[in-house]
Amino acid sequence: MLKRIQTPVTTEGAVIPVSQASYPAPFASELEFNAPVHGTWNIVHIGMLVPEAQQIYVCAANCMRGVILTAAEMNASDRFSYVILEEQDLVEGTVEEITIEGVADVIEKLPRHPRAVMLFTVCLHHFLGCDIPHIYEQLRGRFPDIDFCECYMDPIMQKGGLTPDQKLRRSMYQLLRPRPAKEKTVTLLGSDFAIDQTGDLAVLLRENGYELRQITECDTYEDFLALAEAELFLSVYPAARYGAAENAKRLGRAHLYLPQCFGYEEISAHLNLLSDALHLPAFDAEAGVAAAEAALAETKTLVGDAPIAIDGTVHPRPLGLARLLLEHGFRVKAVYLDAISGEEKDDFHWLQHNAPELLLRATIQVKARVLPRGGGEKVLAVGQKAAWFENTPYFVNMVQGAGLWGFDGICRLCALMRQAFLEEKNTEDLVPRKGLGCESCV
Amino acid sequence: MKRSFRIISIYTADVSGVCSALYELGGMVVIHDPSGCNSTYNTHDETRWYDQDSLIFISGLSQIDAIMGNDDKLIHDVVTAARELRPRFIALVRSPIPYMNGTDFEGIARLIETETGIPTFFIPTNGMHDYVIGAGEALAEIARRFVLPSSEKMVRSVNLLGVTPLDFAGKGSVDSLHRILEEGGWTVRSCWAMGDDLDALAQAGTAQVNLVVSSVGLAAAKVLRERFGTPYVVGTPIGAFTDVLMSALERAAGTGENEVSCIDRPQFPDGKTVTLIGEPVTMGSLASAIAQEYRCNAKVLCPLELHDGLLAPGDLVIEGEEGAEAALQRAEIVVADPIYRLICPEGVEFHDLPHEAFSGRCYQKTMKNLMELFH
Repeated sequence: MLKRIQTPVTTEGAVIPVSQASYPAPFASELEFNAPVHGTWNIVHIGMLVPEAQQIYVCAANCMRGVILTAAEMNASDRFSYVILEEQDLVEGTVEEITIEGVADVIEKLPRHPRAVMLFTVCLHHFLGCDIPHIYEQLRGRFPDIDFCECYMDPIMQKGGLTPDQKLRRSMYQLLRPRPAKEKTVTLLGSDFAIDQTGDLAVLLRENGYELRQITECDTYEDFLALAEAELFLSVYPAARYGAAENAKRLGRAHLYLPQCFGYEEISAHLNLLSDALHLPAFDAEAGVAAAEAALAETKTLVGDAPIAIDGTVHPRPLGLARLLLEHGFRVKAVYLDAISGEEKDDFHWLQHNAPELLLRATIQVKARVLPRGGGEKVLAVGQKAAWFENTPYFVNMVQGAGLWGFDGICRLCALMRQAFLEEKNTEDLVPRKGLGCESCV
Repeated sequence: MKRSFRIISIYTADVSGVCSALYELGGMVVIHDPSGCNSTYNTHDETRWYDQDSLIFISGLSQIDAIMGNDDKLIHDVVTAARELRPRFIALVRSPIPYMNGTDFEGIARLIETETGIPTFFIPTNGMHDYVIGAGEALAEIARRFVLPSSEKMVRSVNLLGVTPLDFAGKGSVDSLHRILEEGGWTVRSCWAMGDDLDALAQAGTAQVNLVVSSVGLAAAKVLRERFGTPYVVGTPIGAFTDVLMSALERAAGTGENEVSCIDRPQFPDGKTVTLIGEPVTMGSLASAIAQEYRCNAKVLCPLELHDGLLAPGDLVIEGEEGAEAALQRAEIVVADPIYRLICPEGVEFHDLPHEAFSGRCYQKTMKNLMELFH
């Protein structure tokens, strides 16, 4: 039974019309609430994409538990090990030693040496000024048959620099070694979800004889290493961009960032960028636009004026999606987000001028815990957080843009919206599960 | 190496323990942490998060604030939130980085209390101890600060101490505890801390006896003993052990002496031994119940920090996966969280007993009500 706190609070500071919102931070950075919505991938889920790799974390118990149980819930405990740091390590300056000896001990306890070890050091290593290169030098010396991958779980750094997620999407591909380029091969880096085979990007490559390689399709470590054979690297997910660019440079290849987005002109521009890079004819967007328009019209006919709420976990471009839907007559009432991505600056300003009453609603602000969730009206939520905050069973159960790309991505999202509008889902069962798309024992 | 773990889980840590203990009391818990503590807690350690509001937040500590010792931001953010949400109290909880850099939480708590007028206190966690320590200290602080002075005792009344979903996640556990006590002729004055609010706990000084049903309740029992002279009995009413516990409650009410009943376990000269792994009070009580019901030996392997005086002869403290694995080599019949199967030798008769504080929600659908195990 739902038990709500009855403290009456105003929405001030937690809800704001887009017209009055600041860019890029519409809400003050204060205490943070965490909604029971966990479908987005964390560093454990992402790391598990490297086949035959063992993740080993070295940190304090409290930080450890979340990552251990992430692995357990995805039935991957056998690929996850750890070493516990205690107070004495901080006082006696033995963090480096316990890290080296602990990791070595774990490796020796494994049934066989893994092809790669993804070693995660943490905030404590950073603050204690640990000699991280020394740790890896020692481990590489002891285990020359294992590739060590330098990973970090140091969220204390994320407000002033890269997030652990961004660093991991760089680190895991640093395992790739230079290989000769294989003609007509393109590799996608840093995405958790395979790009849909029907997506314009995949279609363009396939129709021109290119093979698209993705980590999601790698079954073995050898498959993974073969990702390096591409003549061109792509990334489409914002958190992947930095690592993909760095690794492409290291491997001596070109990299294109072709983000998942909703603007027709932007999609066309990305496809033309890819065509240019591969010396292909210019892309004709006419059919794609027509298909997207038809899908949007069909969806509008079904959904009508029902209110729609979107959240920032469903897709990297929640404001772009809001704009697309508003441009096509949908009644978008709110977007749940806590910051505005630099990629959405134009969409934000468009919304300020063209949909000034659209509400931006914080998800981590403390009032998000106690403000009313949902009302009597049927709300179509696009995303898990929107579903929880709106208390609706009608929602698109998707995170991080999934494999959607281009005009086809718009068509597929419209289909998901239509399905969501017609079929109730069990929100309480679905949204607390971690890592949508991964196995879940919950 | 005892601190390296190949495959099994780790127990809920002290930070989550505090949150779990204080969840239903109307306060605001602030974990001074960059990120992750709240998500770990509400995902894996808290079964109530989806359905029941509680004001538990993180501070979002940044690198620059940690380095520069910018406590003003924490104070400002807590005061701002408290003025909006008006909690009954504010509890500050520490994660590893503020522990390492020596943040003065006692001073910060005084400042916040002065500014808001809301009782504010610090629970000295650091993310490096288990939940029993954090939850225990949180309940002890409630006992120190909020239980009203009382010189009168309510005859045949009892407080239940140490009730959190971390040890009592099985459906209907709290109802079962109440029912068993009431059937034994006792009135439950307060339950620390599920199902009762802070006002109910404030009346705990009037109880004749305290029943410590998990080691989480022990620190509060000691405070209540000191403040009100209330004797405590340690044990969980499970199966045949319930009668032993009821007798101990009667004795404690009469003599005013404390009793640790969960170590009261019959021994048999031969036969197989049942090995239980987990929290010492609940598992010790279950071991006693098994020994009585099946006339066999039963022993407890305790992987938690608080065990002094809570283990019977033959019970063992185990450290880490290595310690557990070594102890299980000699086991015949095991009752433990299913994750322990991963390090159990083949051929051992293993009975699953999911423990929220170990496997989180992995086995939530098969979580058992300890008090109804023999029904």
